[in-house]
Amino acid sequence: MPKITYNTHDNNTHTIDVQNGLTVMEGAIQNDIPGIDADCGGGMSCATCHVYVNDEWLDKLPEKEDGEEDMLDMAFEPKKNSRLSCQLIVSDILDGLVVNIPSKQG
Amino acid sequence: MIKTDVLIIGAGPTGLFCAHQLGIIGLTCEIADNLDKAGGQCIELYPDKPIYDIPAIPECTGEELTNNLLKQIKPFNINFHLNQRVEELKKVGNRWHIKTNENKEFDVASIVIAGGVGSFEPRKFPVKECEKFEGNSLFYSVKDKTIFKDKTISIFGGGDSALDWAIELSNTSKVNLIHRRDGFSGAESSVQKVKELNDQGKINLYTKYQMEAVSGENNIETVKIKHDEGEIKEIKSDYVLGFFGLIMQLGPILDWGLNIDKKKVEVNTENFETNINGIFAIGDICSYPGKLKLILSGFHEGALAARGCFKYAKPDEKLRFEFTTTSKTAQERLGIKK
Repeated sequence: MPKITYNTHDNNTHTIDVQNGLTVMEGAIQNDIPGIDADCGGGMSCATCHVYVNDEWLDKLPEKEDGEEDMLDMAFEPKKNSRLSCQLIVSDILDGLVVNIPSKQG
Repeated sequence: MIKTDVLIIGAGPTGLFCAHQLGIIGLTCEIADNLDKAGGQCIELYPDKPIYDIPAIPECTGEELTNNLLKQIKPFNINFHLNQRVEELKKVGNRWHIKTNENKEFDVASIVIAGGVGSFEPRKFPVKECEKFEGNSLFYSVKDKTIFKDKTISIFGGGDSALDWAIELSNTSKVNLIHRRDGFSGAESSVQKVKELNDQGKINLYTKYQMEAVSGENNIETVKIKHDEGEIKEIKSDYVLGFFGLIMQLGPILDWGLNIDKKKVEVNTENFETNINGIFAIGDICSYPGKLKLILSGFHEGALAARGCFKYAKPDEKLRFEFTTTSKTAQERLGIKK
């Protein structure tokens, strides 16, 4: 199973096995990783599962769909490496992915 | 003080259907919601997105679902208290007294919290100093646009609110529009209009910039904005407006002594009552083993919570289970004439 690393804002690192097909957001919620709220449940309509992706992973990720960038406008402190974790579907290619959780979601 | 059997907090689909179920069993209720219209997340987050998993409705939008629910509860003439955030809760004898932020007061036998993921609040700037100016020279919505006349306004955001206000205020004020990227999420026609106004010098458009700092004595005087590449610009500004959409916050409910786990209120699955007698929670805001965050689950929870409310509203009566197909009483309550 691919391993996903979540760095939380309190400087803790959680490396979790996340099943292929789940989203990075779901991996966090199912494993009680703090800092990802996912209020809308993965519908790309709330921007509360915002993460910063480590640069080396940016071009391996699925392209942003229309709407993800619009939602990121609403996110707390969006940066160039911002993504919505509900849009990142885990696969073998993402084994080892590192995401950083912002200080807050809104 | 408004006296009724039940106060429903939240006018989303779950709250609306619970009102229907209360009406069918002969209880009265009123509905309060922080938003300016009924529909909850269905209206605020996805009015046009189709929903495919409402039983017996193969496809409908959030708006259609809301309108149909409103139609379904019409016979009960339920009062809505919109733009009201429920704040205070007090037990008085065997009744609850509730007060909203607009000082509306309710006296009820029980409460159903159908608050979704909380009340919608504007998203704020991450910059700490913004708090100091909030409400005097920094706003997240426009209440009185006349204060901006002949002033310099810096508007942040890329959605319809930011674009519409930039266009509107550019008639009477000096407008800076600042957005984090070149693309906008607002209507294409507004984007074109903003670009034209920028070319004509009526709006100063700064893209790929975000707020870095605000400063001023009592009111905002200058705003610092930072480009993606690091360059910082200082712009003079009398007012700052931020339009970053809404976020859901649990708010005052957190202080009511309810058992809350991960922003959800714990309930039993017999009647969706919380740890406090007479307070029920249904829909996205409640949690129990096996909870599914679906609208259809909210309907089920609302039906059972309504029946749970009965013993508080009519302690001396026994609730009889009846079908709407055959019950004369239920049909009378629905105003059906045969």
